[in-house]
Amino acid sequence: MKKLSTASKAYLILVFIILYAPIFYLIFYSFNSGGNMNGFESFTLEHYKAVFEDTRLIVILINTVLIALLSGLIATIIGTLGAIGIVSIKDKKMRNTLLSLNNVLIVSPDVVIGASFLILFTMIGVKLGFASVLVSHIAFSIPIVVLMVLPKLLEMNTSLIDAARDLGATKRDVLTRVILPYIAPGIFAGFFMAITYSLDDFAVTFFVTGNGFSTLSVEIYSMARAGITLTINAISGLVFFITVLIVIGYYFVTNRSKARTEAGK
Amino acid sequence: MPNKNRKALFPYLIWIALFVIAPIALVVYYSMLDLHGNFTLENYKNFFSVIYLKMTLTSFWYAFLITFFTLLISYPTAYLLTKTKHKQLWLMLIIIPSWINLLLKTYAFIGIFGLYGPMNALIEVFGFDPQQILFTDFSFIFVAVYIFIPFMIIPIFNSLDKLNPSFVFAARDLGASAWTTFRRVVFPLTIDGVKSGIQVTFIPALSLFMITRLIAGNQVITLGTAIEQQFLVSQNWGMGSTIAVFLIIFMILIMMLTGQKKKGGRA
Repeated sequence: MKKLSTASKAYLILVFIILYAPIFYLIFYSFNSGGNMNGFESFTLEHYKAVFEDTRLIVILINTVLIALLSGLIATIIGTLGAIGIVSIKDKKMRNTLLSLNNVLIVSPDVVIGASFLILFTMIGVKLGFASVLVSHIAFSIPIVVLMVLPKLLEMNTSLIDAARDLGATKRDVLTRVILPYIAPGIFAGFFMAITYSLDDFAVTFFVTGNGFSTLSVEIYSMARAGITLTINAISGLVFFITVLIVIGYYFVTNRSKARTEAGK
Repeated sequence: MPNKNRKALFPYLIWIALFVIAPIALVVYYSMLDLHGNFTLENYKNFFSVIYLKMTLTSFWYAFLITFFTLLISYPTAYLLTKTKHKQLWLMLIIIPSWINLLLKTYAFIGIFGLYGPMNALIEVFGFDPQQILFTDFSFIFVAVYIFIPFMIIPIFNSLDKLNPSFVFAARDLGASAWTTFRRVVFPLTIDGVKSGIQVTFIPALSLFMITRLIAGNQVITLGTAIEQQFLVSQNWGMGSTIAVFLIIFMILIMMLTGQKKKGGRA
């Protein structure tokens, strides 16, 4: 393959700089004792200390992670089962209808999802708070899991299932020993996407969260509306650090499983 | 086997009924209610007033500009990324910023575009006076483009990655220039990626509200801002739902416009 020209390289580097500059800008000033993001006075960790000393903020952080993990897990289970179910549908029209319905929440604007869920929860009488936020996050994560799992199921050779059945595997065995291992990368990707969606969501949560409950996004929004606080910068520093750790972990896990499947071939 | 799988489908179908069909039905229902819960079509009449039509048009214009610039930056980036050695690693590096919370990134720009921020410092280096950058159309579009770039790059990258390089070689062998090859071979074959990219940019761009609130002050009002305003500030769920109904209609239209053609394969 040809090597990239200098101009192309410069372009890529520029895009990377633009993508990362705001993030590093935030992190840089999280160590500023000056209290604003304009002039760097001296190095301090006081903003990080402030984050860890603020029990309210810690509770919000825990809530955010808890919501992400729980909603990701439940959405992955329902979504994977749904994908397996969709593939088994022989009627083409029915299958396409389900797939279109599946995509509704993916393409719907957050605001519309948030507003309509707010109406739904108020109608049913669900109290706004942890439960409503969790349920909403599960709801908007399910379709993305389905989309991640479905291609894996479709590319799977059905003779694998027939072979397992012929060799005397029960339905349960077929599911747990043949189908699930085969589609595992899709499930894994779906779970990760669900967590990403949940952590990144602001608009839906903003609508369905009550007064007493808050996630990180909603909290940052209300803090940012009040003006610049370097506590937010410290939070960004922490978020970035954790994100990079997760990404590195994810990269190694997928690389290993890829290497394993290639070795298996 | 089918029997078992029917059972697997059950929770999923409940989800569709409760969180896909019911919410849309409720939004449509609420759009026909006034403040006191009486049935009315007043909201729809209001939507066709000058204020709302103008707001819809500006919202579309902004979404168009945002999508245009995002595509303009993302396509070459995705293209060049597929040519790099460790392309999956580089793609990962593009994805990482999209993992950082949206609000944090938006917040960063409050500082960057601030009156004493680095952007104005740069402007001063070139000998101009500091400008008010925050609360302008420019800042709104810039921040939105910044946020959507990774989401546009991913689908384009994937479709470029799937492109069989023999097509490019064949075109070049047959005497097509690099530009012709791109215009007649590469771009048409990756149009699906571009379409998905446009979908994930244009529709959210119509409905962004935290960026308009944080970066554009109240200068820019999009359909999303209006819905948020009606639901959470004015508490006029009827009008909010009406705008939501139109947003859904626009969404369906955009989906149809950018829909992928079936190529006769399975699935």
